[in-house]
Amino acid sequence: MSGFFDIPSDLQNTYFGLIGLHLREALIPVLAGLLVSLPIAQLCVRFRWLYPPVLGVTTILYAIPSLAFFVVLIDYTGQTETTVMIPLAVYSLVVLVPAIVDGVRSVPAETLAAATAMGLGPVRRYFQVQLPIAVPAIIAGLRVATVSSISLVSVGMLIGNQGALGNLLNDANLYHRPELAVNSVVTTAVLAILADAFLVLVRRVLTPWMPKESTR
Amino acid sequence: MIRIDSVTKRYPDGTVAVDRLSLEIPDRSITVFVGPSGCGKTTTLRMINRMVEPSEGRILLDGADIHAQPVNTLRRSMGYVIQNAGLFQHRTIVDNIATVPRLLGWSKQKARARAAELMERVGLDTALAKRYPYQLSGGQQQRVGVARALAADPPVLLMDEPFSAVDPVVRKGLQDELLRIQDELGKTIVFVTHDIDEAIKLGTMVAVMRTGGHLAQYAPPAELLTAPADEFVEDFLGADRGIRRLSFFPSTGLELQRAPIVAIDADAGRLGARASADAPYLLVTDLDGRPLGWGEPQDLTAGSIDPARLLSYGRPFMPGRDSLRAALDGSVLSPTGWAVAVDGEGRAVGVVSQQVIGAAIRTAHAEGRDDARVGG
Repeated sequence: MSGFFDIPSDLQNTYFGLIGLHLREALIPVLAGLLVSLPIAQLCVRFRWLYPPVLGVTTILYAIPSLAFFVVLIDYTGQTETTVMIPLAVYSLVVLVPAIVDGVRSVPAETLAAATAMGLGPVRRYFQVQLPIAVPAIIAGLRVATVSSISLVSVGMLIGNQGALGNLLNDANLYHRPELAVNSVVTTAVLAILADAFLVLVRRVLTPWMPKESTR
Repeated sequence: MIRIDSVTKRYPDGTVAVDRLSLEIPDRSITVFVGPSGCGKTTTLRMINRMVEPSEGRILLDGADIHAQPVNTLRRSMGYVIQNAGLFQHRTIVDNIATVPRLLGWSKQKARARAAELMERVGLDTALAKRYPYQLSGGQQQRVGVARALAADPPVLLMDEPFSAVDPVVRKGLQDELLRIQDELGKTIVFVTHDIDEAIKLGTMVAVMRTGGHLAQYAPPAELLTAPADEFVEDFLGADRGIRRLSFFPSTGLELQRAPIVAIDADAGRLGARASADAPYLLVTDLDGRPLGWGEPQDLTAGSIDPARLLSYGRPFMPGRDSLRAALDGSVLSPTGWAVAVDGEGRAVGVVSQQVIGAAIRTAHAEGRDDARVGG
């Protein structure tokens, strides 16, 4: 029996190579999701009526199985990382849009009124007041999206070798090497925990203005 | 001068927040808008810096329509203080205060130096400069709010119920501080409150508004107390307006008696000599002249006066600083019916009876001497 970290050659990658691939496939979609969510959320804050339908759409998108996404996307983007990352980015919206909307809405009315009264226009108000104050909520959303994205990357193995650490599950089955499955699960979990801890750290650095007792 | 010229604010649903309001807000004075909730006072304030646009009428600032300049230029020329301070929770105190100077293009260094100067002016320890708002008490936050509004030295200060959310003791401190700052800076302050006592204490002019955005009365506070325009204003002023009006009469003219004051070590001869028909009681002071209490001459034995057995002297007043209201209050608080006047060090300088205070009140009424504002 081969070792725990002995990666079968069909994956054409080392253990750390798989980790790098996994992180890339998981994090790029979250980043893309964040970039898409920010304007969508701002529209939802500005036009309140827009928020319920947007929430509905993101929820429905989240309910589409990734396999179904792959079937549609494979015609356009082939058996590539992109095919895995697009659904992941779409899934992140269901967490990120409400997180940003809630965060921006959590800015106290007095603070906004004071900003307006001091002559901050809408753009300055957004970048200098609303967005910074929404940071804790946005990062809370990012933590959920990131952890879920890291675990979801594994389904990429369904379209060939695109599941990064998830491919180890397939190989465990193929080569009767259960330790590869354990490796896959444990490494994915550790990555998720580390990514989460990193985001907590980022939040602490970005928000020295938060009361200490509410630090999570 | 700010002139509000038959301004009406009507919302799309038909609600009228302000109804054909016309008045002039004099320069370098505090004009208070007061009234129950829904009377349009905040709406009026927000129309001055165009956070709300009037449906009809216009507002002139020094003769020019407020629409003559870009909205953000107008706003940066008017300090704004809001209930709960509305500080930027993600910025340090010094950066909060420096907001408008930074918007006006001041260098960071100059804006921060200005902020530090303002912290001192509003009575904040500059050691708090690098703190965040959550680390300050409500009263301190409100001081930061005032400093932030003053940062770019705007000629106009708009204050929307700024002290409503702090406890009464802190509120009194903030009010006194505002009056002190106003003495130094002479801003044109427009102040909104629902608290009539605050309005009377702070206002040079008070505009009483009633539900539906009608102006019920616009007058100096003493006139409001003397001659309420109608039943609504009278009800709104509440009880004791006669007593409260006494705040506007100085206590300087009161004829004080020195004779009934004796030190605790007074001998029998002195005790006997000081007792008279005019003053049935003697005020006993300690050796420094600070009041201890009242006693009846026959109960006071030279050399063995027990301070614990003396009658309460109520609350002394300071002639010159305090008003007739404070003097009357002092006399009512003491079972003897006499008030004690003290100097800055708390030494008794004289005593005065309710009768004499009453006569002074009648004289003051007759002379209409209610123009000078005095504390207390």
